[in-house]
Amino acid sequence: MTGHMGDAADQRDQEDEEVRRGQEERLREVWAAPKGWRYWSAVNNTEVGVWYTALSFAFMLFAGVLALIMRAQLAVPENDLVSPSFYDQAFTLHGTAMMFLFAVPIFEAVAIILLPQLLGARDLPFPRLSAFGFWCFLIGGVFVMGSIFFGAAPSSGWFMYPPLTTDETYTPGYGPDIWLLGLSFIEVASLAAAVELIVGTLKCRPPGMRLNLMPLYAWYVLVVAGMILFAFPPLIAGDILFELERMFDWPFFDPSRGGDPILWQHLFWIFGHPEVYIVFLPAIALVAMIVPTFAQRPILGYSWIVLAAVGTGFISFGLWVHHMYTTGLPSISLGFFSAASEAVAIPTGVQIFVFIATLLTGRVIYSVPMLFVSGALANFVIGGLTGVMVALVPFDWQAHDTYFIVAHLHYVLIGGMLFPVAAGVYYYWPLVAGRKLSDRLGRIAFWLMFIGFNVAFLPMHFSGLAGMPRRVWTYPESLGVGTANLISSVGAFIFAAGILVIVWDVLRPRGNEPYAKRNPWNAGTLEWLVEMPGENWGVRSIPVVTSRYPIWEQPHFIEDVDKGRFYLPDAEEMKRETIITSVLDGTPLQCLRVPGPSFMPMVAAIFTGAVFIFTTFHWWAATVVAMVLAAISIMVWLWRGTALIPEKPEKDVGLGLKLPLYKSGPHSVGWWAMFITMMGDATAFLGLIFGYYYFFTIHADFPPPATVGPGVLWPSVAFGLFAVAWATALGSRLSNQAGRVGLARALMAAGAVVALAASAALLWGPYVTGLRPTAHVYPATVWVITIWTAAHGVAGSLMLGYCLARSLAGRMTPEHDIDISNVALYWHFVGFTVIVAVATLAYVPVLT
Amino acid sequence: MQVFGKTQDNLWTLIAAPTIWGFHFLFSYFLAAYRCAPNADIFKDIGGTRVAIAGVTIVCLLLILLILRRAWREWRAEGGGYQNAKDTPEARERFLEFSTLLLALLSLAAVLFETMPIFVFWDCR
Repeated sequence: MTGHMGDAADQRDQEDEEVRRGQEERLREVWAAPKGWRYWSAVNNTEVGVWYTALSFAFMLFAGVLALIMRAQLAVPENDLVSPSFYDQAFTLHGTAMMFLFAVPIFEAVAIILLPQLLGARDLPFPRLSAFGFWCFLIGGVFVMGSIFFGAAPSSGWFMYPPLTTDETYTPGYGPDIWLLGLSFIEVASLAAAVELIVGTLKCRPPGMRLNLMPLYAWYVLVVAGMILFAFPPLIAGDILFELERMFDWPFFDPSRGGDPILWQHLFWIFGHPEVYIVFLPAIALVAMIVPTFAQRPILGYSWIVLAAVGTGFISFGLWVHHMYTTGLPSISLGFFSAASEAVAIPTGVQIFVFIATLLTGRVIYSVPMLFVSGALANFVIGGLTGVMVALVPFDWQAHDTYFIVAHLHYVLIGGMLFPVAAGVYYYWPLVAGRKLSDRLGRIAFWLMFIGFNVAFLPMHFSGLAGMPRRVWTYPESLGVGTANLISSVGAFIFAAGILVIVWDVLRPRGNEPYAKRNPWNAGTLEWLVEMPGENWGVRSIPVVTSRYPIWEQPHFIEDVDKGRFYLPDAEEMKRETIITSVLDGTPLQCLRVPGPSFMPMVAAIFTGAVFIFTTFHWWAATVVAMVLAAISIMVWLWRGTALIPEKPEKDVGLGLKLPLYKSGPHSVGWWAMFITMMGDATAFLGLIFGYYYFFTIHADFPPPATVGPGVLWPSVAFGLFAVAWATALGSRLSNQAGRVGLARALMAAGAVVALAASAALLWGPYVTGLRPTAHVYPATVWVITIWTAAHGVAGSLMLGYCLARSLAGRMTPEHDIDISNVALYWHFVGFTVIVAVATLAYVPVLT
Repeated sequence: MQVFGKTQDNLWTLIAAPTIWGFHFLFSYFLAAYRCAPNADIFKDIGGTRVAIAGVTIVCLLLILLILRRAWREWRAEGGGYQNAKDTPEARERFLEFSTLLLALLSLAAVLFETMPIFVFWDCR
């Protein structure tokens, strides 16, 4: 299927301008953003993605101001411009905000804007989930950052090491709680984005876009979203342990009662190191889109980029202990991590060579985005090389916690992330706003940033090696690093001036400046189908893709798309629609109706946020109320907006193709979303289990004999009941499918009750055997695993009840059974959780 | 996954080799950590641990080599081209085979890297 799509289109009178105008009016109305105050109920990627991006940049500027205050304080020795307490809060929030509120969210934000456009899709499959993620991000971010205005901000560094942070004597107030709960809440948003982006990349590609034709950006998105799924949950597990210790004195990190602060370091860095690549890969993905455009040739070595992305994704999970070389672990352990830290340089280097090779074999146009890309490569290579140095244990012992590390990490992050993002801002601005940014201002900004950055951070290598520790409020003149620090401070302000130029360029009034011409950079990929200014519908018709650079390689491509000669050129039923395709070959499978504007995601985010915020201040009654309201709002959202039964089984999407409007089970996007979410959930659970076996490894008497508790009896009873609940979930799905609706309903009701009984039995075990969680780390660990598992049982009970209500209300039938399919899948994961939990809690003590 | 004859590649076959690396890495780390814990007797000899890791290394290397061999043969059978931007199932297959080949090579190198510490460290220091 190449070239002119005229024939099939003629039958639909697609060539008739009158017909097309009618289609466009309908599409425009269906995809229009809501007006007035209802604007904030928008969920489309063109709105949510832009809000998300703007907010991440706002947090970045805020964190940047904090950095400038720090540089002003450090400009001269023995300075007292700000107080030590404020300085501590400043560096903690600077690191926290740059990582959690800028680097990761900007990836999600940009991917939400770009991905549908790159895949020729009208929207991602779960726009309301994206909106929910945005509102969570807004609430959590403002909560964390706002605390500095009350002098209540966290002040122990962005990785929050206990015991400094768990002991009220050293860290009085709410600082660490704000950090833990605020960021846990934002982590939920990141997981939501990961689900959206994985399903989007795998299932929402345009017809014909096989895996080998996927834009490289989409490959990176797929890898990074997968990494988020396995990297963030261990931190959530760590946050849970940490908050239980701070709030209820459960001694996970307290050595006097068997705890170990090193456990937090493990859980934090199992997240924290992949995080660096979660930040770096999406930025380098922008480079992979920009380089071919300005070299005016396809990328050289597409497979090598895929190797680099996937390889880095894996190996980056084997590096976490290189942040912990000085904790006294056995050298052989350090050796494994040092080896992996060196190995990751291979795939990282490969992609740099691919970019250089593509540029060398093309005819490079040196415009502003390309300038930023060159700056990025230069700075990142320096950061990468110092990275290879600090990956070596003996060298790291010298450089650990000095300004050498500060220099290294800023070369990696600013070279590998901020410069590519700046390139992306200049490159993609026309796609967002319909106009190019100023070429002149862009060049000024680049040189200010490039020079300022190197002036600021190159001397830090020296101050670090000269012995200046990081995170110090001031330093004595006799240390001899005064000059280096003064140069660094001057550089930081030059760098900031460059950022300000970009901000001005973005915000300055445009007057009647004309819109950019279409495809202003003469690029080859689908996102440049966008009109200037863009329409909310994304693409006029969903194209058939037969090459990696369709605009370059498929004749009449833009014209065919514009004239609606491909799929879904119309919105006859006034519904938002996009096409779902198969993973390997992009074969069309379904016409998916995607939901439109709604306030429910915002409402759900507000109540969920309230749970976290009220918990911070120990307002327990309010917390419980917020929890109930959050659960209700999520149920209302699901009830009204998901698994809707369409008015007809299938529809003609154009070009003689009919596609079903409803699919359930593994063929539906919702099933995949549940599967992916539960993979993340299972990873968090394994984080808690890791804690159990960690203590098992370091203590001779962990676990104590089975007589201590929770015993064998009650966990075994719970296991049996959970098995029954699991069977009813599966049975109700099968009987509903077989048309035996009555039996299915009975099983759902029974399952909902049995699940509650199972959870109660599980909790009864440690309770009746008198395990006191504050006494020692063993009972605390037992309780946390028990509560986690029981909570999943309660949630599973609610879900079965929800399915029963759906069935009774006629919203779920034997043919339309998305709800129970997804709930049955959820119960498989509960089954896994119960098996691991009961085996660990009840049977391991018997065996050891 | 089939070893002889043709198989259809997909995303799971693509990540098989790095997953084996992941297993090897976790096994080596956890075993050494367990044997050395609670790190009281740092001169304790860990000869058995090193032999066990060596054994697992050989198994992992063999598995990766098997994946490598399969990807190589199928990729070569289709001409072994580097141009796989065509809109055909064959091009997709060749792309996946070649990418699997590259990832298997990387995993092979990474497993070898991961094995080096057992030749250097004899005890729990």
